[in-house]
Formats: sequence, C-alpha cells, structure tokens
Amino acid sequence: MDRREFEHINETVYEEKMDNGLQVFLLSKPEMVKTYGIFTTNYGSIDQTFTPLGKEEEVTVPEGIAHFLEHKLFEKEDRDVFQDFTKLGASANAFTSFTKTAYLFSATSNIYENVSTLVDFVQDPYFSEASVEKEKGIINQEIRMYDDQPDWRGFFGTIGSLYHRHPVKVDIAGTVDSIQNITKDDLYMCYETFYHPSNMVLFIAGNIDAEEMMDYIRENQNNKTFPEAPEINRKFPREPLSAFKSEDSIEMAVSTPKAFVGLKENVKHLSGDELLRSELFADMLLEYYFSTSGKYYDELYQKGLIDDSFHFETEWEREFGFTILGGDSRDPGAFLKRLKSMLHKIKEETISDEDFARMKRKKIGEFMRSLNSLEFIANQYTHYHMLGINLFDVLPVIESLKKEEMETFVERWIEDSRLTSFQVKPKQ
Amino acid sequence: MKIAKQYTKEMQGYRLHVLPSNKYKTISIVVKLKSVLSKETITKRALLPNVLQKATASYPSSRQLQGALEDLYGTGLSADAAKKGESHILTFRMEVVNDRYLKEEGSLLEKALHILHEVLYHPEKEEGGFLTAVFEREKETLRQRINSVKDDKMSYANIRLMDHMCEGEAYGVHAHGDSEDLESLSNEDLFTYYKDMIEKDDMDVYITGDIPREEVEELSDRYFSRESEQASGEGWQASDKQIETPREVIEHEEMSQGKLHIGFRTHTLFGEEDYYPLQVFNGIFGGFPSSKLFMNVREKHSLAYYAASRFESHKGLLFVFSGIDPNDYEQAKTIILDQKEAIETGEFTEEEVDEAKQQIIHQLKETMEHPYGLVEILYHQQLSGKSISADELFERLEQVTRKDVIRIAKKIQLDTIYFLTSKEKGDS
Repeated sequence: MDRREFEHINETVYEEKMDNGLQVFLLSKPEMVKTYGIFTTNYGSIDQTFTPLGKEEEVTVPEGIAHFLEHKLFEKEDRDVFQDFTKLGASANAFTSFTKTAYLFSATSNIYENVSTLVDFVQDPYFSEASVEKEKGIINQEIRMYDDQPDWRGFFGTIGSLYHRHPVKVDIAGTVDSIQNITKDDLYMCYETFYHPSNMVLFIAGNIDAEEMMDYIRENQNNKTFPEAPEINRKFPREPLSAFKSEDSIEMAVSTPKAFVGLKENVKHLSGDELLRSELFADMLLEYYFSTSGKYYDELYQKGLIDDSFHFETEWEREFGFTILGGDSRDPGAFLKRLKSMLHKIKEETISDEDFARMKRKKIGEFMRSLNSLEFIANQYTHYHMLGINLFDVLPVIESLKKEEMETFVERWIEDSRLTSFQVKPKQ
Repeated sequence: MKIAKQYTKEMQGYRLHVLPSNKYKTISIVVKLKSVLSKETITKRALLPNVLQKATASYPSSRQLQGALEDLYGTGLSADAAKKGESHILTFRMEVVNDRYLKEEGSLLEKALHILHEVLYHPEKEEGGFLTAVFEREKETLRQRINSVKDDKMSYANIRLMDHMCEGEAYGVHAHGDSEDLESLSNEDLFTYYKDMIEKDDMDVYITGDIPREEVEELSDRYFSRESEQASGEGWQASDKQIETPREVIEHEEMSQGKLHIGFRTHTLFGEEDYYPLQVFNGIFGGFPSSKLFMNVREKHSLAYYAASRFESHKGLLFVFSGIDPNDYEQAKTIILDQKEAIETGEFTEEEVDEAKQQIIHQLKETMEHPYGLVEILYHQQLSGKSISADELFERLEQVTRKDVIRIAKKIQLDTIYFLTSKEKGDS
C-alpha cells in the first residue's frame, strides 16, 4: 500500500494495485460520519466495437448496451441488490456515461459489509433471458422520459451535429429500437471483456481506517479468480476534425425556443497533462466571457437574447471533446449569430494580468469548494486517474498556469469548421 | 450525537445560529427571510431574489457584483424563494473558502459578508425604485420563466396537481408568481414591498465552518443587524381539510410519456406525534428503491423507470409520482393505490419496518453532514417551533411500531389523482 500526502489541502490518499489488476484508492476522513464507495469500470456508451475477451474477431454491439448492463447487474437469481444495501442501512446507485459505468453506495454504518456488497455484486453477474426482457419496458420509459426533456434533446442534438459517426453521438441509453435487440449473451460478452479487475477502479472515502480497509479489500480480491486479460482492443470509427453539420434543428412542444452552439474540440494526440490544461483553459475562458460576470454574457442578457437558463459545459476525453453553450432564447436566430461571432472574437481579445489572476482565483475557489464533497473527490479522482492525471495535482497545475500559455491555447481553440448550431423549435 | 453543536443567539433584529465544524474547507452562510404565503405578495417575492443579486450601492451592475465575488476566490452566492407549508421563505446562500487553505492575506469571510450585507440592505436605487434597467430585465426573465413552465413536464404536472388539490388554499399559489400580477407590478411597488420585507420578515442567519464562535458573532453583528422587532421564529399554521370524495383529473399535452401524480393529505405536521410513523410509512410505501412503489410499479410490472413518494411536512401532504406509457394509466393507478391499501391492511413485515427506519436514519445523517442540508433540517425545527436533538429524533423513529404504521396509513387520505398525458390516447 502506498501513501501519498497532499499537504496543501491536508489530505492523504492510500493506493494499491491488487494482484488481479484492480486499482484501489482510499481516503480516510475520520471527522466525517459518512462513507462513500464507488466502483468504476472504464467502459461506457462509446465502447460499441471491440474484440471480446478470448476472441479474435471484432464485434459491434447494440447501442445502449453498457447502460442496459448497468441496470441488470443489480438483479441476481434470487434477489435485487438494492435490498442488500437496504438491509445494511445504506443507499446505492449507479450511472453510465460516455466512457464509464459506476456503482456506488453511501453508508453511515456497516461499512465493511457495504464495501463487500458493492464489490461482490459487481463481480458476480447473473443475466437471464426473462430478466433481460423485463428490463426493456423499464428502460423504454427511461428513454421516453428524456425524450420529453427539451434540454436533453438540445444537448444530444448538438453532439449529433458535431460528430459524423463517432458513437458519442448516440444517446447513452440507446434508443427504444436498439435495446430491443439486446440479449443475455451480449451482456455476458460485454461484462467479461470490460469488467475485468484490471479495467476497474475502486475508491472508498470517508470514515474508514485505511490500513484495515485495504487488508479487507485485498482479502476479498484474493479469494476470487479471474482469467488473464490482455489489454482491451477498442475500435472507434475514423472521425474527421470538422463538425458534421453547420446547423440543424428539431421541433417539439416547447413554449420558448432553445438554441445551442457546439464546438468540436480537437483532442487528438493530447497527453493526460495536455488534456487537463486544455480543459482548464477552455473552462476558465468560458467562465471569463460567459458566466454572469462576463462581458459577453452581459451583452446577451441585456439585449434579451438569453435568460438565466443560459449555460455552458466543456468535456475533454481521450476519444472526443466538445463545448456546448446555449439555453432558452426568444430570438434564436439573432442569438446564434451573435454568439458565434463572439466565439470567433475571443482570439482577438486581450486579457489583463489582473483578470488572468482573477480567473485563476475563481478556479481555485471552485475546486476547494468541491473538496467538501466525498462524492466529488471519489468520482473525480477516478475520472482523472483513468486519464492519467491525479486529482490533487489539479490545484498546483491551476496555480502554475501562465497567461502566455493560455494565449497559445486560444490561437487554436475555435475554428469555424468545428462549430455547429442547433435549435429546438416550438412545434407549429 | 447531537444534530450539531448549535449556538443560537438573539441578535439585533435576527437570530444567529453558529454551527462550528472542522469537516469543511469552506464557510457557509445562509440567510432566511420568512413571511406568510399569500397570492398578494408571492409575485414580488419571486422577483426580489433576482433583482437584489443584480446591483448594489457599491457594485451597481451585475458584472461588478459578480466580479467582486470572483475576486474572493469565486465565492458562490445564490438566492431562491420557496414555500414551506403556508410560509414563504427567501434564502440567500454564500460559500467562501476558509482562509487557512489559501495563500492569501486578509479575511475572505469578512469581505464576503460585506457583499452579502450590500445585497440584502443596500440595493442600487434610482428614482424611488430599483435601477429601472434591472427591474425591467428581471421582470422579463420572470415572465419568460412563468411562460415556459410547461416545458418541464414533471414540474408542470406537480404544479397542476397543486392547482387542483389546493384550490382556494394559500398553499395553492404558484411559487414563481402570477403573470397578471407581474404585468401590473411597478418598480416603485416592488421597492416599497422590499423595504417592508427587509424590515419586517422574520430573519435567521446560519453560519457553519471551522471558525471561532466569537469571531462569527462579531462579524455577524456588524453586517446583519437591523432595526426591527424579533418574531417567534415559527411559521404560519397551514390549513387542512378532510376529503370526502377523491378527485380524478386527466389533462393532455404534446408529450410522449404520461406523468401520473397523486396527492394525499397526511393530517400530520413536522414534529407532531405522528410525524415519525409518517416517515416510516413513506419509507415502506415509496421513499426508497426498496419500497413497495418501486418494487411493484417498476420491478414487478416494468411500467415505469421511476415510481416514488415524498411528503411535505409543513402543510401535511404526500405525493406519488411516476412516468408511464399513456396506455398504462389504469393499471399503474391501481397498483399504486393497492400499495397504500396493502400497508393499511398490514401486508408488510417487521423487517420492512426496520429497514425503512435504518434508511431514514442514514438519509438524515447524510443530510446533516452537508452544510446546507444541516441548515435545512435545523430550519424545519425553527419553523415548527419544535426542537429535537439527533439522538432523540433517531430514538423516536426507532420506537415506531407496525401498528403505528398501519394507523398512519389509514389516516392518510387520497385527495387527487392527476394524470398529464399525450394528446391522442394510444399515441405512443
């Protein structure tokens, strides 16, 4: 077990790679009442084409299968795992993203039992034809719920216009049609390939004794056997740098139109450190111009082109990256035109030393506030680990950022060919 | 275990609650302003949080105000308005990084409190009102929010259920205000109301973090004192009614999934004898993924992705909500109502009672560990006038018996079944 101290924020992380390849991190915070555990596999909705464990040929599986698997892992031959956590007085949940599937609990008692319940249920699948069929009705309603949410439709509409063929453009839950084809055998194949311990990370944070907890997890893992697993061969389609479409729209029953601009980020060949720095710069620049203190936000708001539903996000992953800005607008045409010209103008703007210092301070404060949350620490530590970055190094990295470096970033950041716009129009 | 070490002190014109804790890297400040819920004032109270956050005497524009917050390591400031029973509460929240984690001179907390003081007590003025531009713009934003309330189908279904269920009762007013009242509202009227509110609303201030109590009291005295009478702190007693015949209302919108929302009267308020059995009832009925609603509507019949219940504890209401296929209305409704009847006739085990209790206790402990969550729990007590320690609270829950749960299940009355569904039946 290794111990890493992060003195500047007064935290210590214990880590160990188990013999079977499982990466474990522990954060002991005895002042907390709660303990939070999250067990994550490096497998998400974009991992659709791959070589299954022990096979030679590549396969492509139905859209939405990672999410479907997440649902089904909770069901065992004789019980539902939610009940196990309930009996232990804990709450459990799970989520699937583009790149990850994660299972989690939060508990204030029976911590060891909760940890083994989490690890054991994820490492012991049971899928049957009957239960797979039953789940289709439930996931259909989950997909329909999102179908009625205009913001969700706007978000995926924008990504769909940015990407030509990369699976990031497909809704994480798949479609009502695609999930009909999923079988029990598909689930086992994906499970065996992607849920091998060497592709997973376990993070436990909270009221724990790190040494004892690590012993407990090590013993749990040593009692199980897993086949040898080579590195997973994942295939992604060749994706052009440019945006798929320059504009698109859908119609649905909304009272106020919604409009978004999407930017396809160029993440090719970026190292972990470069990804982090790019994401930080993109985020700081968006905050600088488009948060409530920003001059572009101010102009758009004063002109009545946006309201307080306006928001932005930027996501940088190994295989894809995007930035999306938008929200409700009474005049979506004028809004999109002005927003695009603002994005192009960022290159010509200059930022004073004083403003740059403020941007950094804001980012540091936001980071420190996030550290109040065990969930944030465990989830983000895992996320960054999978990108080859240490979460607690983010703070020194922010402190080290130079204005000149940001200027270089801005030079290449926004290009017209990588922009798209997307509207959700009221149905006539 | 106490809920938290809480020092409450009557200050000049408000109550100060200091909650020392070493769990966080930040200091959180919450200001609560309470008045009676009424249609006459609701629109103004919905508008005020947004107007007050836009311009103060020292920071006369939103950009300047937000910039000042960013200088303080991106200190977060937010404000909202909400109904609690038949009281209406404006909440201002601020979270500032504790100086000890920063390489910084001078008290961030004091600077942050100065800004909050400005926001509350010194809005920028113009010709007997707020800045005209701010007033007009925020009026427009609220108008837009009222107009697009239909776009979020889940919250729209909640609002419609309330419209039918609490027609003629104070609780039936819309938290976001009324569009006709908004149209006729003048800047002068709003300012007059603001002066009345800031002088007469019952005010509580909560401060939590790793900071000496004396320092908090001294700073608080400097920035929150006001000339006004101190009220008791209790909320207004909400009206209740017996239901002779439950109502069933079906309405249609352009949508793909139907929203089935059902309202009940619990005739039970926060801190009363029956409040503890009510919580256990809710745990067995629909509060958790192990509850009857989730297990039957979702797991057994695959009719929904979500099916849950929650209760409002200052008005005495309980709600069930679920998203279903428009064609499954009758079946889902029957299953939901059957679950309540099953509890009335004792169709649940001792184990279910026990598990519900453990889940509730865990949830409470978890909420208490979050600074804002803790403040909400303590404020519930303030409103009800019933103070109870965490130990006592857990003990009261532990004492709840099967018989108590059956009794409360019978006491809870069905009021309104509301179904918001697609325009053409069978169009799914």
